[in-house]
Amino acid sequence: MSVQFLADGLIAGATIGLGAIGVTLTYSILGFANFAQGEFISWGCYLAWGLAAAIAALLPSSADAIGALSVGWNVVAASLAAMVIIGVMAVALDAILFRPLRSRGASISAVIASFGVSMALRALLEAVVPSRQAYLSTELQIAIPLMKGLRVTPDQIMLLAVALILVCVLTLVITRTDIGRSMRAVSENPALARLAGIDVAHVIRVTWFVGGALACAAGVMLGLLVQIRPSMGAELLLPLFAASILGGVGSVPGALVGGLIIGLVEAATVQWWGAQWRAAVAFFIVIAVLLLRPTGLFGRSP
Amino acid sequence: MIVYASTVLTMALISGMMCLGLNLQWGKMGLFNVGVAGFVAIGAYTSALLTSPPLQGRLGGYEWPIAAGWICAMAASGAASALVGAATLRLKSDYLAITTFGFAVLVQVVLRNAQHLTGGSFGINFIPRPFQALIDRPLSFGLINLALVGALVIAVLTVLETLARSPWGRVVRALREDERAAAALGKSALRYRLQAFSLGGAVMGLAGALQAHMIGFIAPENFQTELTFQVWTMLIIGGSGNNVGALLGALLVTAIWSATGFATSWLLPPGAQARAAALRIVVIGVLLAATVVLRPRGLKGERLAVSRYIG
Repeated sequence: MSVQFLADGLIAGATIGLGAIGVTLTYSILGFANFAQGEFISWGCYLAWGLAAAIAALLPSSADAIGALSVGWNVVAASLAAMVIIGVMAVALDAILFRPLRSRGASISAVIASFGVSMALRALLEAVVPSRQAYLSTELQIAIPLMKGLRVTPDQIMLLAVALILVCVLTLVITRTDIGRSMRAVSENPALARLAGIDVAHVIRVTWFVGGALACAAGVMLGLLVQIRPSMGAELLLPLFAASILGGVGSVPGALVGGLIIGLVEAATVQWWGAQWRAAVAFFIVIAVLLLRPTGLFGRSP
Repeated sequence: MIVYASTVLTMALISGMMCLGLNLQWGKMGLFNVGVAGFVAIGAYTSALLTSPPLQGRLGGYEWPIAAGWICAMAASGAASALVGAATLRLKSDYLAITTFGFAVLVQVVLRNAQHLTGGSFGINFIPRPFQALIDRPLSFGLINLALVGALVIAVLTVLETLARSPWGRVVRALREDERAAAALGKSALRYRLQAFSLGGAVMGLAGALQAHMIGFIAPENFQTELTFQVWTMLIIGGSGNNVGALLGALLVTAIWSATGFATSWLLPPGAQARAAALRIVVIGVLLAATVVLRPRGLKGERLAVSRYIG
């Protein structure tokens, strides 16, 4: 038996987990399932790709690989800039589209609007990006054998570490800081939070920014592992929802754990059944969680 | 030209029937179905498999009469809707959205990979067309099929309107407006939701079967998220809650779609066509989001249905 699926599954799962944090935050704080979250992933990935190429053109030395990794400082800088831009884009989307709906109290209309926006954003990306194949990293890496039947590349180790650090930092922010407490308060009861003097509009902006930035990080991770395509985020949407439901809506560590579980099950499915059935895994996990434990692993009862 | 127009109109009416199914689920009952393409696909494939000629290495191919295929298509899509509904209708509405979305993904995976059942990515060919004998005379063939689809749409519309005005329709509306009050009067929310959701699914299945038999072949690409998106746009622009509005929305969106298609193929060089097709989807997506924000009632919103003795 080969255990290679463990490495592949953990990496894919960390990507799903990062993207799912945005889904779980918007769901618990704003109360709707955001179908446009997948597009933040694709847009973030393409943005980082374009910025990295621009930086490399200006400063050719920045493209030299860092240590054992396959990418240079240009990709790191481009990713950070892309995270900020996608975060701002998410805030702007809220201001144009979701805030008017919220003020009318039409939360389910927000789901429809997010569905329309996701289609428009994906088609727009298809219309503007070059149709040739795109890669964030084209360098071949030698995988290091960790144990019998298990090999990982330095890139994969780095990505896993980055994902863990991001989730730990965010968990600390949410549990230990003022803005984190405000976010939880708004999620529990927006009206009461406002009465207690919390700036709800600010909390909502922070939520969108964090969700967008982390989706962008997930997009960069995905772009380092596979070829970049405009539909990459949309294909990840169902696993994102599955991860946030499995982890329990509103729980940041839950989203990561849910993502890791889904990544592992998908990788095991690919290894033993074939890659063509991978996309079906997330659906059965959603159904199983909704039937057996609708609150998810770490969720509060609604 | 008339042949082309009748084909476009036939397809618009079939989309209109999908809108009618969605309108029963969303407009009348408030059930959020993001898997329309999956339920349409089940209807299309069920009827195609039962009525098409046999094919080595694939299930089905029983050469049943077309009408029998359509009835089975409704039953299959209705049953699939009932199963999905039974799993999720007691939970929050967003969970239904996510589950139906996942269901459409699952259907797509099965269509592409279960070679023996669905023909894989090649789909199903040689689906019999109604009035096959007239196929050499394109004008009469197109018009008589348009009349057939039109008659079926009117029949479905009549049934749905009658249902909406019946005691059943009043309970459904009451549950959507104030579930707790309706439950206090002894109405089981879950049961009515399940009925509305299954019936809506059956209508979508019939629309899928009609599409399969009007075109003559089907493939997994016909049933992707874009289809769900188009049907939603039609319903929201037309006015959810209003069956006539749903049909109007279907006609209007199809008209915009064909017109922009004409314009781009006329104005742009062949190399830019793929990008132009993507931009058309952007326009429709923006239109959908803008309607939700600026004109939530659509073209023709729901009529108020209160007793004439009040107010």
